[in-house]
Amino acid sequence: MQGDLSEVGGRIAPARALPWRGLASRIVAVGASPHAGWLAPGALLLAWQAASSAGMISDAVLPSPAAVAAAGWSLTLSGELPHHMGVSFLRAMAGLAVGGGIGFALGLANGSSALSHRATDTALQMARNVPHLALIPLVILWFGIGEEAKLFLVALGVFFPVYVNTLHGIRSVDPQLVEMGRCYGMTRAALFRRVVLPGALPSVFVGLRFALGVMWLTLIVAETIAAQSGIGYMAMQARDFLQTDVIVLAILIYAVLGKLADGVTRALERRCLAWNPAYRA
Amino acid sequence: MSAALERPAASGPGLAVTARGLSRHFGGAAVLRGLDLHVPAGQFLAVVGRSGSGKSTLLRLLGGLDRPDGGHVLLGDRGESTAARIMFQEPRLLPWATVIDNVAVGLGPRPGAGGRMRAQAVLDRVGLGARSGEWPAGLSGGQKSRVALARALVSRPRLLLLDEPLGALDALTRIEMQGLVEAAWIEGGFTAVLVTHDVSEAVTLADRLIVIEHGTITLDLSLDLPRRERRGSAQAAALERRVLDHLLGPTRS
Ligand SMILES: Nc1ncnc2c1ncn2[C@@H]1O[C@H](COP(=O)(O)OP(=O)(O)O)[C@@H](O)[C@H]1O
Ligand SMILES: [Mg+2]
Repeated sequence: MQGDLSEVGGRIAPARALPWRGLASRIVAVGASPHAGWLAPGALLLAWQAASSAGMISDAVLPSPAAVAAAGWSLTLSGELPHHMGVSFLRAMAGLAVGGGIGFALGLANGSSALSHRATDTALQMARNVPHLALIPLVILWFGIGEEAKLFLVALGVFFPVYVNTLHGIRSVDPQLVEMGRCYGMTRAALFRRVVLPGALPSVFVGLRFALGVMWLTLIVAETIAAQSGIGYMAMQARDFLQTDVIVLAILIYAVLGKLADGVTRALERRCLAWNPAYRA
Repeated sequence: MSAALERPAASGPGLAVTARGLSRHFGGAAVLRGLDLHVPAGQFLAVVGRSGSGKSTLLRLLGGLDRPDGGHVLLGDRGESTAARIMFQEPRLLPWATVIDNVAVGLGPRPGAGGRMRAQAVLDRVGLGARSGEWPAGLSGGQKSRVALARALVSRPRLLLLDEPLGALDALTRIEMQGLVEAAWIEGGFTAVLVTHDVSEAVTLADRLIVIEHGTITLDLSLDLPRRERRGSAQAAALERRVLDHLLGPTRS
C-alpha cells in the first residue's frame, strides 16, 4: 500500500514539474535584472496616471501623479518640504540612536551575563507585549507635543526589536567556536570582540531592519497626532485645507524614506557580513 | 635523511604527558574509570576505541578543557598548562575572519612581531599560501582542515591533541592530511595524541596504539615499523587485524 503510493508520486511528480520549471526560469530571468524591483511600482504609477487623465479618478479622492509631483515641486521651492523632511529625518535618527543603542547594550549585557539577564529580561519581555503606541495619551500628558514625546515613542518602539535580536544573536553563537577561542588563550575581551560579537551580528542586523519599520510607523503616528512640524504634520495640515495632493505626497515620501533606510541597511549588511555567502551581493 | 624521517630527536621540544587514576562520569555513567597513561616526550600515540568509549573525554582532560572527577593530568615534569594545542573533530574556523587571521588565532593573545609572517609561512607549508585573504566559507572540507592544522602548528606546540580531525574527509584528502600531520610531527618534534576510529590511520601514523574500552586501556601496542613502509605492508595489515580482532572481541558478533 505504502509502496504503491510512493511509486505513483514518484512517477507523476517530475512530469508535472516540467511546465513550471520553464515559467520559473523566465520569472527568474526577469527578476535577475538589478532594477527589477522597480518594475511593479513603475507600472502602478503609469496605470494611476492613465486613470486620472481619463477622468476615472476624481482629483478630490486621489490626485494624479503629475499633480502630486507639482505639489512637491512648489513645496520644495517654498522651502517647506525640505524643512519638514529634515525635521522628520532627525527625529527618526535620534530615536533610532537612543532606543537602538540602549537595546543593543542591554542585549549584549543580557546575552553575556546570566546575572543581568535574570535581573531584567522578564520585566522587558513583559513590557514588550504592550503596544508602544498605546502609550501616546500618557506620553502627551508627560511631554506635551514637544520633541521629547516623539523621541520617547520612537526610541521605545525601536528598542524591543534591537534588544530581542541582539540577545538572540549572542545566545546562538556557536559554543564550539567559543571553546576554540578559549583553548587558544583568548581573554574574555578578545573572545567577545573576535567570536561573540561577529557571531551575533547577522541577528543584530535583522533587529535593525525590524526597528526601521517600527521607526517610520511610530513617527508617522506621532507626527500626525502630536507635532507642529515634520512630514506627518504637513499631511495633517493639508487635510484641513483639503489638499489631497500634499497628503499623497507625504505618504509617498514616507515610502521613499523607508526604502532608502532599508537600502542603507542592506549596503551595511553586505559590507559587515561579507564573510557570509548569504549576504554577498 | 631516512633517519630523520623515523622519529624526532629525543631531546626535542615534545612534552611528556602523564595521567594518573583518571576518572570522569557524566550523570550516573562512568566514562573513564581510573585510567593510567604515560606518553613519553615526542611520542606519536594513537587512541582507538568504539564510538562513545570516552576517547574525546580523555583528550579533553589531557588538554585541560575539562576537569577530571578523580586523578590528575601532568604535562611535562612540572605541569606546564598552556602548551597543549587541540585540533577538533570540526575545523572550528571563525567564518568572519580571513584564512590568515584564522591561522593567526593560533599565535595566542600576544602574537608579537613577525607573527603574521609566521602564519603565512605555515599556510604555505600546508599548501594554502595563495588563499590567505579568503573567507573560510569558500574552502572545501579538506582545505578547512588544513587551515585548522596550520592554526594548531603556528605556535610551535609541544603537545598536539587531535580528536578525529580527519574523520569527515574523503579518502584521498585524508591520506594527504595524514602526510601533512606526519611531516609536521617529524619536523616539530612535539608529542602527538591522535584519537581516531580508523585503525589503519592509527597504524600508519603512530608509534604506539592504545585501545580504550569500559573506561580503561585494554590494549597497549607499540608499533615499531619503519615509517616509510607502513602503508599497505603485510606487517601493518597484521597489526591492524590484531587491533580489530581485539575491538570486535571473541564473543561479540
Ligand atoms: N559533556 C557531556 N555531558 C554528558 N555526557 C557526555 C559529555 N561528554 C561525553 N559524554 C558521554 O560520555 C561518553 C563518551 O563520550 P566521548 O568521550 O565523546 O566518546 P568518543 O569520543 O569515544 O566517541 C558518551 O556516552 C557521551 O554521551
Ligand atoms: Mg569523540
